[in-house]
Amino acid sequence: MFHEPAAKQDRDPASGYKTRLGVWMFLFYALVYAGFVAINLISPTAMNSIVFWGLNLAVVYGFGLIVLALVMALIYNGFCVREERRLAAHDGEV
Amino acid sequence: MEWMPILVFLGFVGAVLGMSFFFARKARSAAGYYAAGGTIHWSVNGIAFAGDYLSAASFLGICGMIATAGYDGFLYSIGYLAGWIVALFVVAEPMKRLGKYTFTDALDSTFNSKGIQLAAAISTLVVSIFYLIPQMVGAGVLVTPLLGLPHAVGVMLVGGIVIIIVATAGMTSTTYVQFLKGGLLVVFSFAIVVAVLVRGFHAEPDQGGKVPFHKYATITATEVDGALVPDDPTVRVLDVKDIPGIVTLVKTTHGETTTWFRKEVEDGRITLRECQYESHAADGAVYINGAEKSPTNKLRQAGHVLKLEGSTVIEEGSVGPFEFLAKLGHPDTRIRTWKSIKFEHDGEKLAVYYPALLSGDRVMRPGTIFKVEGTPLQKLDFVSLMLALFLGTAALPHILIRYYTVPTPAAARKSTIVAIAAIGFFYVLTLYMGLGAMVSDVVNPADNNMSAPLLARSFGMLLFAIISAIAFATVLGTVAGLIVAASGAVAHDLLDRFGGMNLPDHKKVLAGKISALVVGVIAIILGILFQGVNVSFLVGLAFAVAASANLPSIVMLLFWKKTTYQGIVASIAVGIVTAIGIILFSPTMYQLYGRLPTEAPIPFANPGIFSIPASFLTLVVVSLMTQKKATTS
Repeated sequence: MFHEPAAKQDRDPASGYKTRLGVWMFLFYALVYAGFVAINLISPTAMNSIVFWGLNLAVVYGFGLIVLALVMALIYNGFCVREERRLAAHDGEV
Repeated sequence: MEWMPILVFLGFVGAVLGMSFFFARKARSAAGYYAAGGTIHWSVNGIAFAGDYLSAASFLGICGMIATAGYDGFLYSIGYLAGWIVALFVVAEPMKRLGKYTFTDALDSTFNSKGIQLAAAISTLVVSIFYLIPQMVGAGVLVTPLLGLPHAVGVMLVGGIVIIIVATAGMTSTTYVQFLKGGLLVVFSFAIVVAVLVRGFHAEPDQGGKVPFHKYATITATEVDGALVPDDPTVRVLDVKDIPGIVTLVKTTHGETTTWFRKEVEDGRITLRECQYESHAADGAVYINGAEKSPTNKLRQAGHVLKLEGSTVIEEGSVGPFEFLAKLGHPDTRIRTWKSIKFEHDGEKLAVYYPALLSGDRVMRPGTIFKVEGTPLQKLDFVSLMLALFLGTAALPHILIRYYTVPTPAAARKSTIVAIAAIGFFYVLTLYMGLGAMVSDVVNPADNNMSAPLLARSFGMLLFAIISAIAFATVLGTVAGLIVAASGAVAHDLLDRFGGMNLPDHKKVLAGKISALVVGVIAIILGILFQGVNVSFLVGLAFAVAASANLPSIVMLLFWKKTTYQGIVASIAVGIVTAIGIILFSPTMYQLYGRLPTEAPIPFANPGIFSIPASFLTLVVVSLMTQKKATTS
């Protein structure tokens, strides 16, 4: 008892595609994040290098990681919605 | 006592409680109580995610840490936000597909194992309680300056209100409280940042004319036959306290005034810089800078710019957002910050707050707290923190249960994206709020957690009142979410599923409400015990426990077909024990025990680098060892 999803779920034929895409995008972001950690460990003073408008690498990289997360989230959602619609249309044809 | 902040505060609390009673009618069924019936719109859930996530740690802890240590505090912002990538790309939709009310449901969806039900429920409880501690500490911190109440009363106040909220209306009310609070927090934090940039830099910040800038005394001195002699003959040295590798402090007398100074030696010249201090006499009396503590005699707020881009003449006026960071980060910028040291002296317990100087380029990159240029162990501590922050978000029970409040997996995904946008924007603001506090002479040297609200107060009581009320609502909302998660673990996972009690729906809700009361009381006690510890640091530990205990199971269940229930149970157990074991024997905890940090057997504070791989490894090894058994069972 009490062990079914709270709201009834329809079958999601796009779930395999979304999982694969998610894993690859996660790995890409993890790599960029690891780069931030690695620079701080290997060459901490490089974080003082001015990149543009007087902002140093630490600020640009830090803000960049935040902005990149949002951009990648939007891209991921775009691909997922497209695939969900494509498969829904395909199901409708059948 | 100022009445406006109190009225605004009471208005907020009243609105939150009113909302709880309004939504109470939706919480009569188990689905309504634990998952808001799975009917919340993704956009509302997204902002509620932000409300859940932007807890006292984010608003109070991160801003406070940036205000005293610079960029090192911003590392938490980066890590906390990056964690949402794991939530979105790996966890969001599968969690929604697999579960019903709790994280345990999802883990147990393919096994129906008593072991998983027990282990995952315990893990949820442990992580929730670890996460509750900083929220309750934050509550006490807020209430003291706002209402003039002691820390313990503030903690009890929050605990009491939250228990009412949760026991009244469960997840529906919690969601709308979080939605309201998350939205207001982002909007008003943006208002503070605009105000910081419009005000720009001041050589002698005076909080908009409200608090005169205090010029601390500086005395030159010479050493004669090994004795320190101030050049000012009216000042006499009483004692010298050398704390090796940290600071040398000098106790002096001038007329009837006793003052502590920090001794600095540069090019053979000795300079004594005035400190602030708080002493606790054996009879219980508390003194600030030598006079009895009172509403008019308390520690002065501190922190200002001494040189901006090498110049002591600081041009006033508004600055752009990039210009603000560029000028502060300039190598020739010098910022006065404050540090503290506690010790016993002449039978008194003494806390001395001494001035320190940071250059702009040290403020604007990691290294002041997390020693990225230090020993290999110190570097490992930094990596460990960044790993736990990255992997912890997607394993927090109060975040995971929010995936059950929306109707579909696609809605779960979209609400995560809204959360990333709102949370990401807020975390960019934390850097400006923290640095704004650092240079505006508003940081309480004894407790940096209040830096952001005190920065707001420097712009006027109305902003302070609103920000404090939102911060309080922040604590209320997050604590409510955590208590819902913990009560779900007890009532749904332990009693109903593991205990096989097969409670009817209304009794299941009642069990959840009783559990909420018990967890709330535990949270109140811990919130009082942990007073004074930076709340973001404490949340960092909660992330480490969550990432170690929960994430390996979630990830492997989704992506490795050979995962067995025995592997999951062992992984959760190893994750919890290793993470908590390392924390309990770390230098920070030793300080809390009243011992020297150097006595701690484990020389670093963040356990993730060991406990997360240990948990993953355990799951793999135990799963491989139990393949045959799993097949037959």
